[in-house]
Amino acid sequence: MSLLIAAAAAGAGNAVPLAAAASKPFVLLDHLPVLQVVIPLLAATLCALLPRGIYAWAFTLIVSWTLPITAAALLWRVLSEGTISYPLGGWLPPIGIEYRIDALNAFVMLLVSGIGAVALPYARVSVDHEIEQRQQPWFYASYLLCIGGLLGIAATGDAFNIFVFLEISSLATYVMIAMGNDRRALLAAYQYLILGTVGATLYVIGVGLLYNVTGTLNLADMAQRLGPAFDESNRPILAGIAFVFVGVALKLALFPMHVWLPNAYAFAPSFATVFLSATATKVAVYLLLRMMFTVFGAAIALDSLPLAQVLLILSLIAMFVCSFLAVFEDSIERMLAYSSLAQIGYMTLGVSLANEPGLTGGIVHLFNHALIKAALFMAAGIIFFRLGTSRLSQLAGIGQRMPLTMAAFVVAGLGIIGVPGTAGFISKWYLAIGAVEGGQWPVVFLIMASSLIALIYIGKVVEVAYFRDLDPRCDKASDPPASMMVPLLVLTAMIVFFGLDTTWSADIAERAARGLLTGLK
Amino acid sequence: MTLIDAPAATLMLAALLIPAAGALLIPLFHRAPNLREGVTIITAIALFAVVLSLLPTVLDGNRPGMGGFQVLEGLTIAFKIEPLGMLFALVASSLWIINSIYSIGYMRGNGEIRQTQFYVCFAVSIAATIALAFSANLFTLFIFYEVLTLSTYPLVTHKGSKEAKTGGRIYLMILLFTSIGLLLPALVATYAIAGTLDFRPEGILSGKIYGPPLYLLLALFAFGIGKAALMPIHFWLPSAMVAPTPVSALLHAVAVVKAGAFTMLKVVTYIFGLDFLTEADANTWLVYVASASLVLASVVAIAQDNLKARLAYSTVGQLAYIVLAAALATSTSIVGGGMHIVMHAAGKITLFFCAGAIYVAAHKTEISELDGIGRVMPVTMAAFLIGSLSIIGLPPFGGLWSKWLIGIGALDAGHQIAVVVLMLSSLFNVAYLLPIVIRGFMFAPPGTKPGETVAIKEAPLPCLIALSLTALSCIVLFFTAGPIETLLRMVFTGGGNG
Repeated sequence: MSLLIAAAAAGAGNAVPLAAAASKPFVLLDHLPVLQVVIPLLAATLCALLPRGIYAWAFTLIVSWTLPITAAALLWRVLSEGTISYPLGGWLPPIGIEYRIDALNAFVMLLVSGIGAVALPYARVSVDHEIEQRQQPWFYASYLLCIGGLLGIAATGDAFNIFVFLEISSLATYVMIAMGNDRRALLAAYQYLILGTVGATLYVIGVGLLYNVTGTLNLADMAQRLGPAFDESNRPILAGIAFVFVGVALKLALFPMHVWLPNAYAFAPSFATVFLSATATKVAVYLLLRMMFTVFGAAIALDSLPLAQVLLILSLIAMFVCSFLAVFEDSIERMLAYSSLAQIGYMTLGVSLANEPGLTGGIVHLFNHALIKAALFMAAGIIFFRLGTSRLSQLAGIGQRMPLTMAAFVVAGLGIIGVPGTAGFISKWYLAIGAVEGGQWPVVFLIMASSLIALIYIGKVVEVAYFRDLDPRCDKASDPPASMMVPLLVLTAMIVFFGLDTTWSADIAERAARGLLTGLK
Repeated sequence: MTLIDAPAATLMLAALLIPAAGALLIPLFHRAPNLREGVTIITAIALFAVVLSLLPTVLDGNRPGMGGFQVLEGLTIAFKIEPLGMLFALVASSLWIINSIYSIGYMRGNGEIRQTQFYVCFAVSIAATIALAFSANLFTLFIFYEVLTLSTYPLVTHKGSKEAKTGGRIYLMILLFTSIGLLLPALVATYAIAGTLDFRPEGILSGKIYGPPLYLLLALFAFGIGKAALMPIHFWLPSAMVAPTPVSALLHAVAVVKAGAFTMLKVVTYIFGLDFLTEADANTWLVYVASASLVLASVVAIAQDNLKARLAYSTVGQLAYIVLAAALATSTSIVGGGMHIVMHAAGKITLFFCAGAIYVAAHKTEISELDGIGRVMPVTMAAFLIGSLSIIGLPPFGGLWSKWLIGIGALDAGHQIAVVVLMLSSLFNVAYLLPIVIRGFMFAPPGTKPGETVAIKEAPLPCLIALSLTALSCIVLFFTAGPIETLLRMVFTGGGNG
């Protein structure tokens, strides 16, 4: 099967009459940027045709395990050789679509594909439990489309192409959410569909305005032309920036544009929640970074619009309000969803600080939080799988019956709180240093204070799971089969590992942050 | 003097790993309590032997270091032994042996549940304490400070009753809120200002921060180190008294509050630097706050009828001595503060052991019930008397020396008011400790006629052995204060960077 993909990909590659590619002996390596996107998109089509869930899953597994390899190769190339520009179809930018890979998006692509690879073994039992047999190939096909779209957003350097991938990933996401076995999943998917479409529309209106002024859709080119154009007529550009900003903010569920997220995460199939919570909003944060720094920041002074201030205030509100909302949730999934919203606040806080440690903190939190939240949602999914409920009030004493699952939950919970020795601490440390460097002393305390709210909601789960007498309904529960347990343990181990060794997380994030800041005007 | 002849680095590694290894071994003997407790005792003795073997190296002026695992630029997990840490590790490891002996008597005598969990958490707490004592920088110290909080939480809530859970929740919340909400920002600020978090003899902040931000930073540390129980962050300590007595001993003498006091001394000495702090006059307010905390806690202690609550407030007051010593920021006061860690540990562990023994043997918790208890439990009450006198600071008991040194330090620093507070506090100590002894020995046991003898009924033998040993140590420490002072003076004089 993988041969088939390689052949397909090579076929796609052969169609590119690229001088640089032709002169080198190993062709495939030069086409890594597009392979990242082409493989899952093609695979999605094939997957939909497969007759049974088990085949679709096996096929998806192979694809999912290929993607991080290509992403890692890409990251390695970027780190050793610098930014890669790949002209799609041989049409050179700015006429053709350019895939432009630097440390930031290579890092994000590795994250997205890596999470997919770790999580997919978990999908088999979980999806079997929650989704009808005949729908399973469709589910996996949607998943592949979604991951293809997300990788596409990360890879491409073209504003309209981003929109296309945004829609691909979003449509696939709506389908995945709607497959949740709770009837409310339909409503949640519909709500997300409406708001997601509004977001994408705002984004495309903004891009349209910018295209009107600059005459280009290539991001790098746009960044160059925006500066001179801004001196002539700044109104349409400011409006365009505002549209893009709000559109992206809706996609990344920035407070108060977050209402679609809790229900979507709570009612989607467990595996979809695991994957989306770890990747979809993260890619949207990446998009925010890309637009704010590589395009606008490089062209016009960042402070010509109060973006950073708005972002700072909304981030802080998200960190507190959503954390508080999480405290009062009884459903673990909704609690975690609100927690996600608060954590997104941390990421955008890093963006708003716009200095090197702050940005590093935001980017590394994107990575760390993906691991942590994937682990937490996996544990929640396992609880649902075993007990058919994830209501906290019905889980008393569950720690006695599911020791491994709950232990993993606690470790990941410590990560959310930001306890030293877990990945969460690293991000918060950088954010705090960034706040200090930005002269925002109160923010340091706010970061810590909101961590304490996380302590409360994680502590609530710990208390129910370990310090209450066993609920008779939980008596028969036990740790899940290895296919679900191992991915969770792997993620948990990674949370601790990246809390101690930051060579592959914070160091790369720092490079990415430096890359974003060097272009600033 | 060297018990084990091995390179310092090996010994350090052993000291860090032995209690952790014990924590892993103990659950294997879940079904054989005698073997399980055997493991605890052997681990404790091995740890003490290893820590003691490190002492000559430190006395020679070496500062053995280890590790250097870099998490981030400037954030390293590393260990280095300096005199204060050496002393703290000696206190913790030696008292662990005695406390384990006592635990056997107490836990079995009371028929407590989940004893394996108890011994495991105890070993983990000790492991965290040793690592905290040997930390080479504030980051490492902070990690183990938090590990200590988390590993003692199950101990505090051990009984599992509603009361224990409430007490445990206050304990956990206060300690975590202060450490994450105040101490961690202080770390961030220190790192941002100094560019490092290493403990250096001259202080890393020295000359880099002035005026109100300096005061604020000191305040963040003083209140962020919640384990030092400076008022008004003290109330976790009385609420943690619901714990079994060996745990109270761990909290009040062996590890937890001592970790707070120790951190305070380290921060003032190695992060701010004494000269810098006094020159900038940033410490005066803390002298007053610590003095106030000292007096207030003593007054509150007098009003308590519950024996453990009274002892808990006594601890709050005694900890304020150490914070005061740190705030005075002279070399003599720091030496006095370091010594008070030892002296108070010996005295207070004796008092708690006695309180526990009374609970096991007579099931009494209130002071008003203790009439004539000294006739039923003469050994216990004799030990209680010795412990009390040491806390008060009378010769020939160890507690004299630390108060003496802190007083001298106060005079050096020109804070005469602190000397007055010290004397006043000693009077308060008399007022809240000695009535218990008087009640025990002089009052007739309830329901007996004058002159009637009562049968002696002491606590189980392990308890008696433990409390006699600690009472004895109060006397021994009076005569061995010299070497301790020599060791502590090396913070300022001896020792390069070995």
